[in-house]
Amino acid sequence: MHEVVLRLAGVTKRFGALVANDDISLELRRGEVMALLGENGAGKTTLMNILFGHYVADEGSIEAFGKPLPGGSPKAALAAGICMVHQHFTLADNLSVLDNVILGTEPLWRFRSDRGAAAAKLSALAERFGLTVDPAAPVGSLSVGERQRVEILKALYRDARILILDEPTAVLTPQESERLFSTLKLLTAEGLGVIFISHKMNEVMAASDTVGVLRGGKLVAIRRTAETDRSELAELMIGRTLKAPAVEPMEPAEPVLTLAGVTVRAARGMLDRADLVVRRHQIVGIAGVSGNGQAALADLVSGLGVPDDGRLEVFGKPVVVAGPLEMVKRGVARIPEDRHATGLVGDMAVWENLIAERVRLPEFSRLGFLRRDAARARAREVIKDYDVRCPGPDAVSRLLSGGNMQKLILGRTLSYKPGLILANQPTRGLDVGAVAYVHEQLLAARKAGAGVLLISEDLDELLALADQVAVIHRGRLSPPMPRAAVTICQLGLAMAGHWEELPDVA
Amino acid sequence: MTDILDLLASAAFWTATLRIATPYILGTLGELVCERAGVLNLGIEGIMTLGAMAGWMTVYQGGDLWTGVMVAALAGGMLGLLHALLTVPLGLSQHVTGIGVTLLGTSLSYYVYRMVLPQVSSPPTIEPFQPWAVPVLSEIPVIGQALFNQTPLTYAALAAVGLVAWVLYRTPLGLGVRMVGENPAAAEAQGISVTAVRMGAVVCGSALMAVGGAFLTLSAFNAFFFNMINGRGWICIALVVFASWRPGKALLGAVLFAAFDALQLRLQQIVGPALPYQVFLMLPYVLSILALVLMSRRAAYPRALMIPFRKGERH
Amino acid sequence: MWLEPREHVSVAVRVLAPVGAVVAALALCAVLIAWTGTGVVQAYGLLYQGALGSQFALAETLTRATPLMLTGLAVAVAFRAKLWNIGAEGQLYAGALVAVLLGSGPLELPAWALLPIVLIGGALAGSLLLVGPTVLKTRFGVDEVVTTLLLNFIVLLFVSMMLEGPLKDPMGMGWPQSAPVLPEAELPKLVERSRLHWGLVLAMAASVVLWVMNTRTVWGYEIKAVGANPRAAGFAGIAVNGVMLRVALLSGGLAGLAGAAEIAGLRGYLTLDLSPGFGYSGIVVAMLAQLHPLAVVAASVFVAGIFVGADAMSRSVPVPNYIADVLVAVSLLCILVAGFLVRYRVRLSGVRAG
Repeated sequence: MHEVVLRLAGVTKRFGALVANDDISLELRRGEVMALLGENGAGKTTLMNILFGHYVADEGSIEAFGKPLPGGSPKAALAAGICMVHQHFTLADNLSVLDNVILGTEPLWRFRSDRGAAAAKLSALAERFGLTVDPAAPVGSLSVGERQRVEILKALYRDARILILDEPTAVLTPQESERLFSTLKLLTAEGLGVIFISHKMNEVMAASDTVGVLRGGKLVAIRRTAETDRSELAELMIGRTLKAPAVEPMEPAEPVLTLAGVTVRAARGMLDRADLVVRRHQIVGIAGVSGNGQAALADLVSGLGVPDDGRLEVFGKPVVVAGPLEMVKRGVARIPEDRHATGLVGDMAVWENLIAERVRLPEFSRLGFLRRDAARARAREVIKDYDVRCPGPDAVSRLLSGGNMQKLILGRTLSYKPGLILANQPTRGLDVGAVAYVHEQLLAARKAGAGVLLISEDLDELLALADQVAVIHRGRLSPPMPRAAVTICQLGLAMAGHWEELPDVA
Repeated sequence: MTDILDLLASAAFWTATLRIATPYILGTLGELVCERAGVLNLGIEGIMTLGAMAGWMTVYQGGDLWTGVMVAALAGGMLGLLHALLTVPLGLSQHVTGIGVTLLGTSLSYYVYRMVLPQVSSPPTIEPFQPWAVPVLSEIPVIGQALFNQTPLTYAALAAVGLVAWVLYRTPLGLGVRMVGENPAAAEAQGISVTAVRMGAVVCGSALMAVGGAFLTLSAFNAFFFNMINGRGWICIALVVFASWRPGKALLGAVLFAAFDALQLRLQQIVGPALPYQVFLMLPYVLSILALVLMSRRAAYPRALMIPFRKGERH
Repeated sequence: MWLEPREHVSVAVRVLAPVGAVVAALALCAVLIAWTGTGVVQAYGLLYQGALGSQFALAETLTRATPLMLTGLAVAVAFRAKLWNIGAEGQLYAGALVAVLLGSGPLELPAWALLPIVLIGGALAGSLLLVGPTVLKTRFGVDEVVTTLLLNFIVLLFVSMMLEGPLKDPMGMGWPQSAPVLPEAELPKLVERSRLHWGLVLAMAASVVLWVMNTRTVWGYEIKAVGANPRAAGFAGIAVNGVMLRVALLSGGLAGLAGAAEIAGLRGYLTLDLSPGFGYSGIVVAMLAQLHPLAVVAASVFVAGIFVGADAMSRSVPVPNYIADVLVAVSLLCILVAGFLVRYRVRLSGVRAG
């Protein structure tokens, strides 16, 4: 066994009443890949932020290479050879790859930076680890996979000895993930220690030597990957056995959403001659790496845009003029991608957010005056029916947890018995309980007769819920495939643009 | 028409242009440094006013001219520090704080001026900077005559353009400044203190602005007047956009702008009373708005401009 | 040092924050007063006397507060939608210009018709002046702070051009001033033998109307949503650009009304020194009031009192009356900090909430 390079002893971190990390101790060895597995909210990210000096632990100690690591300083962590690749890349789009890499590696007060030598060192590293990328290219022009390579190069350039990756595969196709894992093998062969954080079981099994499982802020188990299996890890992670949502087979009825040869050319993303039909009693899933046209598709159904070309029909009637109110009136429920940025106005009260889509309808206003009592009454109903945990209708929405925000949005739209539901990344960043709740609600709506368009990056979610799955890539939509006919691997290839791998459904 | 062409070919015209451009060059550079680090500094108008007053007052009280420049820079830096403290660690609205700093800088200048000189009807004067002809170079026809017959502060402004460009694009510090303006989280993750870099940039930028103000009282004129800055600060903010946040283009923008200003002064004499003089005085402001509109579409603004950064805050 | 957002802020704290800010500002400016060798207590005493100490002083202060109330409301309504209108000064002059244009002769109507026309015309002028920067903002992303600021200078030069040209009063003995408005275009006095006029009542009514709008109407709701999160507002179906335009009309209109009311109620004719920076002080008023329309009434009286009181004070002690401008500027910065302290708790060490 190699020597221990990183040792955590009794690390505890509290946020107010919440104990985010509770007495966590673990060891990482040279050349080892350790996976930290846990649900959202289990404390993984907090732990890594403590390690990297973004937070200070309330108790406990950290040792790197036998020396204690002072808390609260990214600088100290960097100096100790610890580098972190964040889930949301910390790169500046307008600056070049080289600029992004050399930032902070030289003393600030120097008359000039030696860019020639830096570029040479970067190229050598890229060559050695197969991380090809043009040093002069602006980061903004790179693909997501390439950006991640830049992040890893940044760490290697600083002679990182311990590399931490936070949910590194969240934005990658399965094939890109494979490539990442082979890079990690190369790195550990050179003696680096790697920690990667994930909530995806199959990755953990494929790429790690040891697994630490976090639950509710506690490290509940450490296992050698070779000596455990998925079901044991799942049970450790969730604390109970999780049953997959039961999807009743149902006969799809008439179409509620039809796209025929729809083309959109917009700054937010484009669609290229897309065809799609969603019927009542049916969930149609859209798989794809984000940024491939999902935004344009969601905008169409949300009423934020109309096709530049082609035909868009909702409930059999064409949509000619864009308008969210128009869609809401027709009976479309819209669950946006980003709860905080587009779903809710954080500084407004729960009741105010609940009426946002319908404030101009007679239900909530008369002659330009708000019917505040009606709105509050409605809010109380939704809070009760959808189990939104909050002090009351006048609570400020910003203070709600992610799960409760999503329940608020579900209540705002689903309580009107919609015929068509747009669910755009409806479970991203939610904990297990909330995810299960959202899935339950979507399935209930399907049963009640709604058609659901489910856009998700989580293939497991799509394969659990959707009756049909289509893949979106560079604005093109693949033909829909029945869930039973596809595998994760095929979807992954299709997400990278390899259509021919899809099963023929004609 | 030939009048104007003659004018454009004359050294005197370009000498005047550079003189008019100097406060704009310094102010625009100062604002550019702040904005490159991600902080909009609407305090510029007040900072320039304070610089003009403080520089002049120092000389009036017996200090020498260069001491006046230093005091102006220091006073501007202090106001900049105030703006930085409120907008960087506290993350307050850069718009409203900037307006507050402008109101403070302006009123404080007037207050101190009136306190020291309570009963003067015509403003007292000082002996300002004199043009300093660079030997040999100033003999070159037109270009040399215009460029090398300036007062020291104009030379300093031109040198500052090169210096700021060098620091921004060639040094690790400049990379840090650009990075905190583009993606502060990235800078923090690489061990750079966003707070320190932003505050430093705002203080240095404000000192530059204040020297721009001091140029008016120590070089262009020899006294301090109320409403002396007269919107020059706001114009500098427009010039930064026009320059796409690049020092070289800032120089170009300031000189172009000044050339128009010099031209309108001559046009006033040529056209005479056919058009009210106010029309000409409006031109610079109208021009600034036009520049903003034209450039805003393709502006490569610093991505984190006006976005406060709090360490470790969850998004 | 950590900053911890406060979850609940009591009403008392919200009310006390501006008061605390004002006290802090007075304390900071005491240093400047002491610098002149004047006793601070004496100076502030004189200031208070000059502002509120007599019926005359009070009337003066309220007269001064009238335009400030309107520009304060103009700024408050715009800032609520995060439309940074720094152009109230220019809009005020535009309103005054149109008021003079309409009120000084071309229309010969009875008072019940002419006065409303003059006031509404002035308000419309202010409205239109803000439409340009707002459209540039929503259409081209041009920062409205700079455009509204620059427009202030343009408007002032335009007014100057008018006063030396077509609007110049032939009876004005060469001064650049307009002819006076007709008696039918004048706002009646509120108190005999004072300068206080019905503009004050108009301004207070406007603040009540705005308060009702903010809290009870769809418009107020939409403005709040657009200001707090335009993306979410747009997603929910609120026409963000339309709301911005409506806010611009409202904000510019209030500032324009301030100018028209100054003409119709106080000055009678237009000069270039109509406003000693009412537009800029309006920003301070709005911020002191934390953008609350009813609080604007109190804040404008405070700011007006500072100006009126400082004028009186500077006649007895060697403190330049610019102390008022300094006080107002420092108050603005203090209220910003106070607002911050209301929203965040500053922790020097230890536990931190996420």
